[in-house]
Amino acid sequence: MATPTMEKADAAPEPGFADSPYITVTFRVRRFNSEVSAEATWEDFQLEIDPKERVLDGLHKIKWDLDGTLTFRRSCAHGICGSDAMRINGKNRLACKTLIKDINPEKPITVEPIKGLTVLKDLVVDMEPFFQAYRDVMPFLVTKDTNEPTRERLQSAEDRARFDDTTKCILCAACTSSCPVFWNDGQYFGPAAIVNAHRFIFDSRDEAGEQRLEILNDKDGVWRCRTTFNCTDACPRGIEVTKAIAEVKRALITRRF
Amino acid sequence: MSTTETTASGVGPVEGGSYNVDNPAPYIEAPRQRTKKTPKSTRGNFEMAAWLFMRLSGVVLVVLVIGHLLIQLVLDGGVSKIGFAFVAGRWASPWWQVWDLLMLWLAMLHGCNGLRTVINDYAERANTRLWLKGLLYTATVWTILLGTLVIFTFDPNIR
Repeated sequence: MATPTMEKADAAPEPGFADSPYITVTFRVRRFNSEVSAEATWEDFQLEIDPKERVLDGLHKIKWDLDGTLTFRRSCAHGICGSDAMRINGKNRLACKTLIKDINPEKPITVEPIKGLTVLKDLVVDMEPFFQAYRDVMPFLVTKDTNEPTRERLQSAEDRARFDDTTKCILCAACTSSCPVFWNDGQYFGPAAIVNAHRFIFDSRDEAGEQRLEILNDKDGVWRCRTTFNCTDACPRGIEVTKAIAEVKRALITRRF
Repeated sequence: MSTTETTASGVGPVEGGSYNVDNPAPYIEAPRQRTKKTPKSTRGNFEMAAWLFMRLSGVVLVVLVIGHLLIQLVLDGGVSKIGFAFVAGRWASPWWQVWDLLMLWLAMLHGCNGLRTVINDYAERANTRLWLKGLLYTATVWTILLGTLVIFTFDPNIR
């Protein structure tokens, strides 16, 4: 019974070798090291890689086998922690959710740090302004009763569905760093902060919605959004970011008048 | 010595060459970091009012401007009919006076606010911002005042 299989394997050893899944890909990585130069430069790396692998695997190959000085952030490597947002072929994506085959490996794959934040080294940026805006919108449940709750805060399925989309945010900064208004001056709250405010403003259990709306009514709050939809395109979780911002705008107007 | 060798191989040709571990290049800061000098709150309803005004005036302007263009350029002989007498005839009626006045104010304020946001988004230095906005507001106020003056003081018997 096993013989036919053996015969097949013996008959054609060569095609199996030629069918190797590996292809040669050029990674063009934006490098910056303040201890060497004030200028960022492009550096090319040639890799043998399976196109079904991810861009992050390519970066690992570079760091582990070719050049250990390459610096980038990644933690879980499975699209949950939001550490490895970077600008790949000119679009903000998670390196761990982008397959090589999906981004035209015939041409060099460009990998840059996300824009609008201070580059510290290679692909690592200073996320502090991003998290500052996040903290500003009070991303935690606020209730009026100061006592410890004695039972679960119940919520209907409809009430939960109201803000379901914005609970998916992983704070990777792909949206905020794709926003042209944020690029101009870091003062704009940015899509991610507004998404996380939306998550509580429309939560029936939360009681500080009015306060959060007031925070976002800032000169650099929701009204600076120009609805370019860059954030919606960039979001690796598929959150309808621009829609969430528009809902906050609408809530501000309907609650004020 | 060993540090310079490894970093040099990692990043390619060294430009300037004066930076090293003890003397790193300065980081390019984000355009306007939030600092202690940044005003704590710039809240207020002005931006919301401006945003709402853009939507509402836009809707009204569609009617006003398309009506204006039709009357001036298309209907009843088109552009060749326009002359001093035509304008004088229209402005004899308060309806067209109000129409033109409304169109003037809405269009100028709509355009002014639009350009204000463009300047806010694109001007990189505070000084550039100040001057561009100064120029914009001056031009807007001048045009609105002049236009309003003409509509209200128009005298068809001028000689």
